[in-house]
Amino acid sequence: MSWRSEATVLAVAFGYLALLFLIAAWGDRRAERGRSIIGSPTIYALSIAVYCTAWTFYGSVGRAAETGPSFLLIYLGPTLAMLLAPFVTRKMVRIARAQRLTSIADFISARYGKSTGLGALVALIALVGITPYIALQLKAITLSHAVLVDYPEATGGTLENAPFWADKSFWVALVLAVFIILFGTRHLDASERHEGMVAAIAFESLVKLTAFLAVGAFTVFVLYRGPGELFARVAETPALLEVLGLAAVPGGALGWVGTLALAFLAFLGLPRQFQVMVVENVDERHITRAAWLFPLYLLAINLFVMPIALAGLLGDAGGNPDGFVLTLPLGTGAEGLPLLVFIGGLSAATGMMIVETIALSTMVSNQLVMPLLLRARLLPRGGQGALAGWVLGVRRLAILAILLLGYGYHALVGDAYSLVTIGLVSFAAAAQFTPALLIGLYWRGANRMGAGLGLTAGFVLWAWTLLIPGFAQSGWLDAGFLTQGPFGIEWLRPYALFGLEGWDIYTHALLWSLVANVGLLVGVSLFTRQSSLEQTQAALFTEALHPRLDQASLGHAGHTPRGELRALLDRYLGAATTARVFAEEPDQDDRHPASPALVARGERALAGALGSASARVLIDSVVRGEALDLPALLSILDTTSETLEMNRRLEQKSRELERAGEALREANERLRELDRLKDEFVAMVSHELRTPLTSIRAFAEILRDHRDLPDDKREHFLEVVVRESQRLSRLIEEILDLARLESGRLTLHPERLDLAELARRGVEAMQRPLEERGITLEVAFEADAAPVIGDPDRLEQVVINLLDNAGKFADATAPRVRLTLARHKRGFRLAVEDNGAGIAEDERERVFEKFHQIQHQDDGAPRARPRGSGLGLPISRGIVAHLGGRLWVEDAPTLGGACLVMELPEAPDDDAAPPTPPTAPASPAAE
Amino acid sequence: MMPTRRKERLIALIILATLLFTPPLLLVTERLGPGALTLSVFLAWAAVIALAAWLLEGGRRE
Repeated sequence: MSWRSEATVLAVAFGYLALLFLIAAWGDRRAERGRSIIGSPTIYALSIAVYCTAWTFYGSVGRAAETGPSFLLIYLGPTLAMLLAPFVTRKMVRIARAQRLTSIADFISARYGKSTGLGALVALIALVGITPYIALQLKAITLSHAVLVDYPEATGGTLENAPFWADKSFWVALVLAVFIILFGTRHLDASERHEGMVAAIAFESLVKLTAFLAVGAFTVFVLYRGPGELFARVAETPALLEVLGLAAVPGGALGWVGTLALAFLAFLGLPRQFQVMVVENVDERHITRAAWLFPLYLLAINLFVMPIALAGLLGDAGGNPDGFVLTLPLGTGAEGLPLLVFIGGLSAATGMMIVETIALSTMVSNQLVMPLLLRARLLPRGGQGALAGWVLGVRRLAILAILLLGYGYHALVGDAYSLVTIGLVSFAAAAQFTPALLIGLYWRGANRMGAGLGLTAGFVLWAWTLLIPGFAQSGWLDAGFLTQGPFGIEWLRPYALFGLEGWDIYTHALLWSLVANVGLLVGVSLFTRQSSLEQTQAALFTEALHPRLDQASLGHAGHTPRGELRALLDRYLGAATTARVFAEEPDQDDRHPASPALVARGERALAGALGSASARVLIDSVVRGEALDLPALLSILDTTSETLEMNRRLEQKSRELERAGEALREANERLRELDRLKDEFVAMVSHELRTPLTSIRAFAEILRDHRDLPDDKREHFLEVVVRESQRLSRLIEEILDLARLESGRLTLHPERLDLAELARRGVEAMQRPLEERGITLEVAFEADAAPVIGDPDRLEQVVINLLDNAGKFADATAPRVRLTLARHKRGFRLAVEDNGAGIAEDERERVFEKFHQIQHQDDGAPRARPRGSGLGLPISRGIVAHLGGRLWVEDAPTLGGACLVMELPEAPDDDAAPPTPPTAPASPAAE
Repeated sequence: MMPTRRKERLIALIILATLLFTPPLLLVTERLGPGALTLSVFLAWAAVIALAAWLLEGGRRE
């Protein structure tokens, strides 16, 4: 049995449709049990891929074969639109949920004052504009089936000689009608989600992607040995190279931009995209994921379009380029793959038809039929739930009618068009909704009159420049009016309106229809008034993301007895829904007036079933008094937005003030600290000076008062006086040095000197005093000569100070001090270490603070150490810094205690001029 | 609510994508040879998607 036999293909195709039924039924059952399978951003993104229809599946390759890279524009436009989704779609979802809106017609109608007329207009345009698109899907099914079964015989794909029951697509349309009635009209409330349907659509998206990628991979890697070979073959055929460039795009660069804009606008305006993106959205957060995942899907499904088109053109396939996807694998004798491709195309077509039909049938029933029945009072009088069945019945009839209309169009007109032509004509119709939609979302001033006139003008121009010329081309009208214009009026020629020639027909049609559409929408809105309901709705739409907008609180201000409202809801929605609406206020008497919130809930429930315009009419029939309290709403919106703005500014100001306050507090803290340091310094200086002075004074008084002291004692006392005087003058000298250092007035006499020589002198000077204190001094010179620039006296003072200091902090029992001098990079390091306890990490900077050492000693050192002024290290660091070097503390590498390291840069060669001493204030340099 | 900085980055990305997908930038790539235009559109497309994914998914963890 052949894979391509009629029976096998039919069995597989209808088997596939049966599988869709199973998936949808499973999805619905899961939803009823509260375990939704569509609550995932990936499923949401896949359901948006219903955008890729049979037009994508077969037509993209055809378009690539004829007009080069322009097929990409149909997908780049939606990519841009999806990047905007976190802003635009989110807002639409928020509004649709709050107002229970069921379709794009309902959305536009609700935005412009729940206008019945506008809703009907949108539904009508959608019906006229989209029916050919449904026909296109059926045509694709018929053609692909014929190619699959008849190959290699050429198939005309015409239906002229065959009765409709022999056409498989008629039966497909009927099966789909059953599917859609089963899974698309389960609930009366059309704003409720069709979970089973969405699950089936997501599955279909996976099937068509898999099938397309399979045929793409087959073409590139089986027919050719990889893209390299394919493109090498293409490069040998100059005619094919032209297909790859902008020259192949109709209208060139301008046509490119026009088609991109068309795809962008159509994506936002297509009823089925509104259905899956807005009505079926279960979670606003899914939009964020879909914003990049859906474009990724588009990229994947387009990846092999160009290679397949090129392979087809290279002559391996032949026939209509729209069929390359099938004929390429068929040409190699493969059987399974063509069947998979057929199923992929079938899934692309049926997915589109299912969603589009649900969207259109909701529009037709809620925007066209029900308002007419309501107005004409044709609905039967009846009790509980009597009309609910009517509403559903109308919707089911609409489904059947739309699919049959699509089939009729396909059977009668379809042959005259290529897939691409039908698709783009429909796109241009859907694009007419986008201005009213987008402008209405962001400009409160747009009104019903403007939107209505704009849509009408756009629709008329679309029909004139695209739809009617199509009829002329298919021979239904005299083709002469295309070239000469109607009645010979040249400037009315459909493809060169007002003399605009040389553009591709879609850009041309888009330009004129959009100019009229947007121009009238804006212009008329600027010069006409809005009704109060329009103003309210405009405010609710434009401020939909307003954080404090609680739509439930904005109800009717009129007086409606609860009983009347209950009766109305009972009649249209049935007892169960009515009970749900009244559930929040169950215990009140039906003679009492209904609260505004209850009336609003009732209206939203009606809107979900009948559309916002009909719901409005019905509610108005029972509500007496003012409809909505518009001024109150506007003032809420205005005051809240003002308050929000004010709050925002206040927050900003208070943040600035807080920062300024913090800076002030820090400055104040610093001043206090400085003040405290000054006081401490003065206290310490006084203390330091008083100690030797007290001794001097005491001993001098003893010497004055006891003139008969023995000579040895007198001599001892005089020695003490002299020693303490020396200490006093040394202290005063140090304090003066420090003051000079800190004020930058310390004068140094820098000259070229040998640091090694200077260190030796320092060691000689300190050798004896250290030995006397029992300290072992070790010296290690790793550099024989260490030429640096420095003041010899001051540097010697530093070295002595470091040695003296190390001696004080060396180990108590076996004190050792070690001096090393070594070259380091372009300088010299003189390190003095001891074998004491060392200095803790966080203490290392503090030892360079004035008098720090005194505190250190007072902190309870294990042994009494020779006292110093506590000024040595700060002064040393100041001097070293003045000479361009550094002084810091680190762990002693050899002896294990503290190590003070002085680093000075190497002096330049002899002939270089000695540098001038730095004049900057010599505050102790931080590392 | 989307953080303001993420909104600004997303808007910048949309502007970048629009520039990459339209002439005159496309005309520049076309001069590189046959097929360069299609290839550059695919590369730009992939880059835009990658940036959007990074922006919208990474931002969630901020």
